[in-house]
Amino acid sequence: MKYACRRVAMLAVTMVIVSLLAFVAFDLISGDPATAMLGTEATPEKVAALQKELGLDRPLLVRYGAWLLGFFTGDLGVSYSYHQSVWDLIAPKVAVTLCLSLLSFLLIAAVSIPLGLRSAVRSGGVLDGARTVLNQLCMAVPPLFTGILLSWLFSTTLRWFIHGQFPALSADFWGAMKYLLFAAVAIAIPRIAMTVRMLRSTVRQELQKDYVRTAISRGNDRSAVLRRHVLKNALVPVVTFLAQTMAEIVAGSIVVEQVFAIPGLGRMLVASISSRDYPTVQAIVVILAFWVVLAGAVADLVNQRIDPRLRLGGRS
Amino acid sequence: MNEELVLSLRHVTSGYHGGGLLRRGPYQEVLHDVSFDVRHGEILGLVGESGTGKSTLARTILGMVSPDCGEVVHFTKRPQMIFQDPYSSLNPAYTVGWILEEPLRIYGKYGAAERARRVGDMLERVGLPEECLRAKPAELSGGQRQRVSIAAALIQRPRFLIADEPVSALDVTIQSQILALLKALRQELDLSYLFISHDLNVIYQLCDRVLVMKSGRIVERGTVEEIFEHPKEPYTRQLLSAAE
Repeated sequence: MKYACRRVAMLAVTMVIVSLLAFVAFDLISGDPATAMLGTEATPEKVAALQKELGLDRPLLVRYGAWLLGFFTGDLGVSYSYHQSVWDLIAPKVAVTLCLSLLSFLLIAAVSIPLGLRSAVRSGGVLDGARTVLNQLCMAVPPLFTGILLSWLFSTTLRWFIHGQFPALSADFWGAMKYLLFAAVAIAIPRIAMTVRMLRSTVRQELQKDYVRTAISRGNDRSAVLRRHVLKNALVPVVTFLAQTMAEIVAGSIVVEQVFAIPGLGRMLVASISSRDYPTVQAIVVILAFWVVLAGAVADLVNQRIDPRLRLGGRS
Repeated sequence: MNEELVLSLRHVTSGYHGGGLLRRGPYQEVLHDVSFDVRHGEILGLVGESGTGKSTLARTILGMVSPDCGEVVHFTKRPQMIFQDPYSSLNPAYTVGWILEEPLRIYGKYGAAERARRVGDMLERVGLPEECLRAKPAELSGGQRQRVSIAAALIQRPRFLIADEPVSALDVTIQSQILALLKALRQELDLSYLFISHDLNVIYQLCDRVLVMKSGRIVERGTVEEIFEHPKEPYTRQLLSAAE
């Protein structure tokens, strides 16, 4: 419990640093938003008035504080290009991307753990060689390409879903999930290949260890050794790896949302970067960063549950 | 002469093919025509330098390696083994209680209460405090871990135990405690041991009879007195003089 509290405190500190960096960076590169918003109609008086209205005449740290507070009160400023509250703009997109990421993650975990265990046990032979080639192939093909392929196959050819007609989450949840599933597969395939490879090598390392021999001599059969003895020890690096995967999924979703025309955060991010809509970009960047840092913290907590030795700092 | 046997090896020969990448390498013999008996209630020592095939012999007896020739005959059920390294041979992810209970769960004859009772009883026999049940192997000392290994090996009440260098990873004071424990357990639980070691002092302290092994063959056998007082083979003399 003490460990969990410390980890959460660390998470909070990390978040403050990440958000501060994001805020300052965008403040530096964005120049003066008031001038940008007014465009050709900018006169010094109008600019000054708008600056006052937007609160830009206050010092940097005060603005940062107000903005950070906005995260908890749902007030993230006004989008430059949509002239609408940033929060109202991105909230439904956060939900979509969250669903897409979780779906991809579940796919990765559910497929790669049994597959990794199997391939660790059945190594050697021609089939193993074929599997290695398939694994490399899956790893090498980017989600962008798989996405195009999947949307051609399942939308254009098989008509299992209609490309570009994403049902709203609130209106048709399962329909939306079905649509997202194809995108999730595109994101998951290379990560499944990597996780399988990683699990395979850690399990094979574990199988060499003395405690496996002891477990066999005490009367365990092969599958019991694997499930009860090896998996628990092999899982620690894999959980850490899966947490990194969470970050990759978020990055992958930016591209895949484009391919599948999914109205998620990734698409929003790309659109607002091209229209220089900095308040929106800022908010999305911080949300994505939070997502990644949170995944890391969750992985640490899970690992610590699997293996309490990690609490003591370092493995023996 | 007490002729009740717990184990009999007859002309056991075992080996492997060298690891060539494309074709099998030359045949490498590890055990050559090994025959011996372990009698009821005795501690039979097996001594020899590293690499003479002692561990292969132990694995062959337990059926983890099958012999190319000859046969291994067990007269007791479920022989168990104590391994050399108490640091690596216990699964680090589980508590001592779990590790001790596991063999009982696998053979599933007893309910939870009876299992707990047997675990508690065995823990006491090997001289570990009850708190150890909730500890993980990493939290115990080397001697305590080897006591856990012994308890886990004995929890199914085998009659015959193979101890493969069980004290060589421990320091000398702990060594003698563990040896005393093994000796006491033999009396209490009516056990017979095959005790493998490269350390003649340990063999001398513990064993009744001794086999001397060199390059996969048994070169000399006899009681502890015979081997230590009147060694016949030059190899045995060499080992003895090296130990002094």
